[in-house]
Amino acid sequence: MKKSSVASPSAEYFYRWMLAIRHSEQKLKELYIDHKIKGALHLSIGQEAVPVGVCAALSDGDKVFSTHRSHGHYIAKTHDIEGIMAELLGRATGCSNGYGGSMHLYNYEKGFLGGNGIVGGGISLALGAAFSAFYQNNGQIGVTFFGDGAANQGILHETLNLASLLKVPFLAVCENNGVAATTPVEKSTSETDRTKLAKAYKISSLSADGSDVEAVYAAASKAVAHLRAGKGPFLLNLRTCRWEPHCGIIKDTRDQKMLDDWRTNHDPLNVIAGRYPELLSSELRAEIGREVDARIEAAVAEAMTAPAPELAEYKRNFGV
Amino acid sequence: MKKMMYISAVTEALAEEMERDESVFVIGEDVDIDGGVWNETAGLLERFGAKRVVGTPISEGAFTGLAAGAALTGLRPVVEFMYGDFIHVAMDQVANQIAKARLMFGGQAKMPVVIRLCACGAGTREGAQHSQFLESWFAHLPGFVVVAPSNAADGKGLMKSAIRSDLPVVFVESRQIYYDIQDVPEGEYTVPIGKAEILRPGEQVTLLSFGYACEKARQAAEMVKDKVDVEVIDLRTLKPLDTETIFKSVEKTGRLIVAHDSPAMCSIGAEVVRRVVAERFDYLDAPPVVVASKDVPIPFNDELEDYTVLSVQDIVDEIMKISVGII
Repeated sequence: MKKSSVASPSAEYFYRWMLAIRHSEQKLKELYIDHKIKGALHLSIGQEAVPVGVCAALSDGDKVFSTHRSHGHYIAKTHDIEGIMAELLGRATGCSNGYGGSMHLYNYEKGFLGGNGIVGGGISLALGAAFSAFYQNNGQIGVTFFGDGAANQGILHETLNLASLLKVPFLAVCENNGVAATTPVEKSTSETDRTKLAKAYKISSLSADGSDVEAVYAAASKAVAHLRAGKGPFLLNLRTCRWEPHCGIIKDTRDQKMLDDWRTNHDPLNVIAGRYPELLSSELRAEIGREVDARIEAAVAEAMTAPAPELAEYKRNFGV
Repeated sequence: MKKMMYISAVTEALAEEMERDESVFVIGEDVDIDGGVWNETAGLLERFGAKRVVGTPISEGAFTGLAAGAALTGLRPVVEFMYGDFIHVAMDQVANQIAKARLMFGGQAKMPVVIRLCACGAGTREGAQHSQFLESWFAHLPGFVVVAPSNAADGKGLMKSAIRSDLPVVFVESRQIYYDIQDVPEGEYTVPIGKAEILRPGEQVTLLSFGYACEKARQAAEMVKDKVDVEVIDLRTLKPLDTETIFKSVEKTGRLIVAHDSPAMCSIGAEVVRRVVAERFDYLDAPPVVVASKDVPIPFNDELEDYTVLSVQDIVDEIMKISVGII
């Protein structure tokens, strides 16, 4: 089996990519309000530590299957800000050639096999990628992110059971943000501790603070070592909070005090910056901010003038 | 040629393709136990091992999703449903994931999955949830190829073509032909996707069918042969439809009947009639007809089931009606 080693990332790396997700999504929101981006837009601001921490423990060959809330996962796994901006603006240069949009991002080369508009839709597909890795003995991992809503889909339970039986390198990452669309988890879920779910299917699991990117990375690294050693599937349970409403700019019905507490005391960017005041000095953070913003602005500017997907090619390729 | 049961001819196709291409594997309920419940995977486990003949729990959603994810990452799964009816349990994976991946990801993703719907069709007293002949809604879902073999040779040839297709293929099987012993070409033999076959040439009425209903159509044509000369065509592939063969026959006969084992509402028959009316209207000498099973779930009782399911006599009656004026 091929071993792939991932160098331990620096605090700067973590900060940079969490900020890249935050600012990319803020830009997307701006473009959405301006009607430059159409359709549905599910933002993950506040949750950045989860994708950055998990994806830092993965290699390019590992296959990630995401959700309807996929921008953060995409950026963390691929670092392709240009591809996501162009995709959401419906351009041929987008990562799905302008055919997919916000929920159907795709980048095979970097191991991102898709956002998914169906809650729970990616879970069993990730098992398929894990099965492929086992079948081809290539040392890769199949990863699914899923949220509180998907936890109540039958497919999660079926997939955990089958993954456990097949003993394939399948990693299920629960982004436990306490809410499914707009329904609070207490109202939708009889057992909210996901590690118990893993236990029921004889799957190893770990919980970590989903606002602390280093804690997420440490847990994900343990999971990845377990998976690459062929010890069977793994589940990560990461408590986090999304600051934005379920979709676009709809009304948020959650307790504002609770959200304020998360914003004030559990901001993933502040958590890491507070831990390394010297490494992540205010000067360095400002510099990273300028670099990230310059890249985002350039990506958007380029996408704005990029060509739309060709109608003739669409007709030819899809027989319509 | 050798004499084989339909089911064994398809197994031979699986074995030959698994031999030829290491990325091909079979997955489904009980496929690794005693050759599967239909004897449809006989000998494969012994020959190719448990990694490539994957028996699963009764979790249609999970194993179909597994097949989809495996296809996205370079494998070529044949995912088996013990009965066609069971695919409804996995409709998210089928309709939202497998069907849409290629377009959703801008043509970059390949989804070479064969969805094998075993034991479709009524007439064996198994009740409503083990008897449906399912083809039209997969044809209605953009993204699929749909085939439905009527005989052992086509079973082998279409399965080989389905496995080699980069598009997902729904492979609809008729249980009533499973154990019929017929001639099957030995070794490499493929039936091209998208090509119908004329089973019985004729001049006066075009009778289209697919799957087990072809046998009913052939019998009906024989029964009326002294009165009317019927051309029987096996569509074989339901999507994409072989309109060239269909139109050519209708141009000759001017009369069209489509016979199938699923209800007429939103059916392949309805689609064939739509296309013929739209594009060959001037050739028609009589209104085209769809003769099909009744629009109802399949009941258990002998008399009720036989009344519900398409019969040879139903087809004969329609041939006689459409032939008024020429006989």
